[in-house]
Amino acid sequence: MNATPPDGSPIDAAFVRRWLDTAATVVEREAAALTELDSPIGDADHGTNMRRGFVAARTAVEQEPPDTPGAVLVAVGRQLISTVGGASGPLYGTLLRRAGKQLGDEPAVSAAQFRDALRAGVDGVAQLGGAAPGDKTMLDALFPAVDAMSKALDGGSGTADALAAAAAAADEGAVATTPLRARKGRASYLGERSIGHQDPGATSAALLVTAFADTAREAGA
Amino acid sequence: MKMLINVPETVVADALRGIAAAHPDLVVDVEHRVIVRKGAPFEGKVGLVSGGGSGHEPLHGGFVGRGMLTAACPGEVFTSPVPDQMARAAAAVDSGAGVLFIVKNYTGDVLNFDMAAELAEDEGVQIAKVLVNDDVAVVDSLYTAGRRGTGATLFVEKIAGAAAEEGAPLDRVAALARQVNESSRSFGVALTACSTPAKGGPTFDLPDGELELGIGIHGEPGRERRPMMTSGEIADFSVDAILEDLRPDAPVLALVNGMGATPLLELYGFAAEVHRVLAERKVPVARTLVGNYVTSLDMAGCSVTLCQADEELLRLYDAPVETPGLSWGN
Repeated sequence: MNATPPDGSPIDAAFVRRWLDTAATVVEREAAALTELDSPIGDADHGTNMRRGFVAARTAVEQEPPDTPGAVLVAVGRQLISTVGGASGPLYGTLLRRAGKQLGDEPAVSAAQFRDALRAGVDGVAQLGGAAPGDKTMLDALFPAVDAMSKALDGGSGTADALAAAAAAADEGAVATTPLRARKGRASYLGERSIGHQDPGATSAALLVTAFADTAREAGA
Repeated sequence: MKMLINVPETVVADALRGIAAAHPDLVVDVEHRVIVRKGAPFEGKVGLVSGGGSGHEPLHGGFVGRGMLTAACPGEVFTSPVPDQMARAAAAVDSGAGVLFIVKNYTGDVLNFDMAAELAEDEGVQIAKVLVNDDVAVVDSLYTAGRRGTGATLFVEKIAGAAAEEGAPLDRVAALARQVNESSRSFGVALTACSTPAKGGPTFDLPDGELELGIGIHGEPGRERRPMMTSGEIADFSVDAILEDLRPDAPVLALVNGMGATPLLELYGFAAEVHRVLAERKVPVARTLVGNYVTSLDMAGCSVTLCQADEELLRLYDAPVETPGLSWGN
């Protein structure tokens, strides 16, 4: 019934659940590194908080697996809001809830629909946090990721290649936060002294986008 | 580094169980992380709910009780609580007279309290919010998240709590809370970094012989680092930083606050220096409170908060209060 869209394999609930599993594993593995990045310019808890949130989200989704990709994203977003705290909880929660709501109750979506949903989520983050590109936040990984995915899809790439392009751009965006001066969040209190440190939020955002790319590659999408 | 804990993951829950054991006048929901004054809601009275990351004790849980907060929501260490906590607290304390959220100005706290306000309003609870942003060390501009909420939180909770206890309506309690915030400024200094249980060591590197000026209360480094100064020099610097921004035309409430690891002996010596500077600057002092009230785990250091208090604020400050962390007039 769900014909394969022209831009690659459909993204269904099982795909997003596999992403969640991959993301939770990566966040657990990188928790100490994220906390380390959060020490000089934050308060040394980003990895701990993200790990708590993703472990809770994985458990919740395993217990009651939603049957559409949108519903999985909404469920993860809701768990992050209820368990992470700090700014990351509401921001990542909003990212995933908005994206999930944008997907509606379609049982499977194309890469282009998924890209549109991510864009809606990222816009939601920008609106909630009031940050702009270059403020040294997670948006510095997320905006380039969505743009790169768009460009790849416009150029005829399939799902896996488009998500790989998004992951590469997110990574690049995260690394590029190092010379920036923070204008939002706790790092902004440091002013000039925030320069020279990679932003932990942009780093975790890149990990989550990369987890999408890895999920698609493993699925051969 | 050695800490009196079991494992980092249970630090907050363990402390909540201890608060429940030590303070029978509080109802502590360890699972949902809400501390409520016994007997709430109180007929016809506005409920006061605050919260924030743990690690600042006695703020906020220690200020729950008669004449101050009706409920507090502790987050993980230095991490704002989640919306579900404040929504639950609001439901527990609302008598129909509404609930005031007292929120320290940090991105996370603001976002989570905003989401909680939406949840509570959906349940029919009338919510007002006050944002505490008293820390003059942060340049309030487009380039920062704005001034942080620190020591003034105590004055806001005390004075708004007294008004709520007297039966003032929500808009009046909220207006008083905002007046206290607008009349207050703070400046903090760290002699050592603090250590979070999750990290197991100092959150930043502060060598012997140096201090950080303009620190917040989350182990974040400050505005400037200098060679170690004397208590008198620190008082000069801190009070002048405040008076650059607030020129009081009424006597002030002075909070001389310890960050957690500075002995009271040193803190009282520092209070004397703060009084000396205020006298030199011709600022009369109405009341002085000295102690560890708005702390940053095991950080050594201090902060000064001044609140210019008209007669009404002073009367409400002096009103009886009975909480684990602050108690007088009973």
